[in-house]
Amino acid sequence: MKDFLTRRRLLTGGAITLGGLALTGCDALFASPGFRSFLGNGEALTMAAQRALMVGQPLAREFSERDISPIFKANGTKNPNTPVYNALAAGSFNTWRLQIDGLVDRPLSLSLADLRAIPARTQITRHDCVEGWSAIGKWQGAQLGPLLQAVGLKPNARFAVMHCADNYGGGADMYYESIDLVDGFHPQTILAYSLNGQPLDVAHGAPLRLRVERQLGYKHAKYLMRIEMVERLDAFGRGRGGYWEDRGYEWYAGI
Amino acid sequence: MTAPPTSEIVYRHTRIVRIAHWINALCFLLLLLSGLQIFNAHPMLYWGQAGANFDRPWLSISGGFPDLLTLPNHRDLGAGRNWHFFFAWMLVINGLLYIAFSLTNRHFARDILPDRQELKPAHLWEQIVHHAQFKRITGPAAKRYNTLQKLAYVVVIFVLFPLIILTGLTMSPGFNAIAPVFLDLFGGRQSARSLHFIAANLLVAFLLIHLVEVVVAGAWNEIRSMITGKFTVPPAAPEQTP
Repeated sequence: MKDFLTRRRLLTGGAITLGGLALTGCDALFASPGFRSFLGNGEALTMAAQRALMVGQPLAREFSERDISPIFKANGTKNPNTPVYNALAAGSFNTWRLQIDGLVDRPLSLSLADLRAIPARTQITRHDCVEGWSAIGKWQGAQLGPLLQAVGLKPNARFAVMHCADNYGGGADMYYESIDLVDGFHPQTILAYSLNGQPLDVAHGAPLRLRVERQLGYKHAKYLMRIEMVERLDAFGRGRGGYWEDRGYEWYAGI
Repeated sequence: MTAPPTSEIVYRHTRIVRIAHWINALCFLLLLLSGLQIFNAHPMLYWGQAGANFDRPWLSISGGFPDLLTLPNHRDLGAGRNWHFFFAWMLVINGLLYIAFSLTNRHFARDILPDRQELKPAHLWEQIVHHAQFKRITGPAAKRYNTLQKLAYVVVIFVLFPLIILTGLTMSPGFNAIAPVFLDLFGGRQSARSLHFIAANLLVAFLLIHLVEVVVAGAWNEIRSMITGKFTVPPAAPEQTP
């Protein structure tokens, strides 16, 4: 019995040590850029599969008024608190303008009033944070698709890069995000200026945030300042197409 | 006094089963550990479509699971997701290949699905008593999966793995747009997240029982049979033959 216990203890200890070694090995493997990009094949497969199955560009589910979350959690930057942003906020964003430029024929500069004058889309959708929680809110804004048509995309324009007014955590990098034209022209992709019937507040991205409903929350860039149409993403930040993408998150956040 | 038992060696597991088993084991382990990493980013579970800090969770684990149990073994949600989705694809591809082969070579019909005789209450009760005594199954009966083993495999292959894959997909906003019917089936995205977690727990429970049974049945013999396919049939003790 004593021997058995010793042997069992030895085996258990051995298993734990092996497990620990294996996990340390996993971390060591993951540290190599080659392995990490190998794992990135999962993201490529997910995007290819989802895009292939998105026949006719189906909409994200829209909910009813009674499904709206009593409190819509604000996450990420809750106040950019930079001199530029604070000055805009102090003036109720009357001097704020959204630039749409880059690979376009007719760049646009739009005030909040200009955006509100465009026929609006209202949608009650579920916001899914990459952390795992969800909240349902009623968003209103201008569809991005018609705006992209209005500025006239050059043939090589492939991505819309969202430049934001916040630097998450006060770091040197400004928040940015990017989507491709499939999502850019999706009917539910809107530039939202209203949440639950109220003008967008600072915590949720005032004066304007992106809604790209078939992807996770970090794609829904807040505090929009400029939409730049580009061919490649490698010139921005660390080159992966967004603030969180530069920190190891997937560019395609459909899962 | 009977003749000394000769150790009969049978070919127990086909190559397909053995390869699929170990790929599945690796995927499951990595998915479990990276899943705990993802869980820890918001260690609360809800029922319904939505749920966040202000809503009432049915489960809340303050601080989440210990870092030792997560992949990576420090907080890194992005890396956890990289691991999780890569090995989720591996698990799905491996599972589909296993199912395709098992349907063509009749592995399910021959080895996994219990027949009518086995499902009789008297037989099931006998099996339960036998298992509760942690007795090793010997003789010709050891060449086949026993009934409780078959039922466990049926639940794992046809219920728990499909459930964990579909609830995982139902957390995907992209997949929700493609197949909103699963939101209705599982009762919403946060319900799907809860069911995903419950299914993972049930698979862990299966794994623990599975490992205990491997030891009861003879660890070395069982592990070797899943590597080489060859299984030494434990000789029947005379008093155990009916």
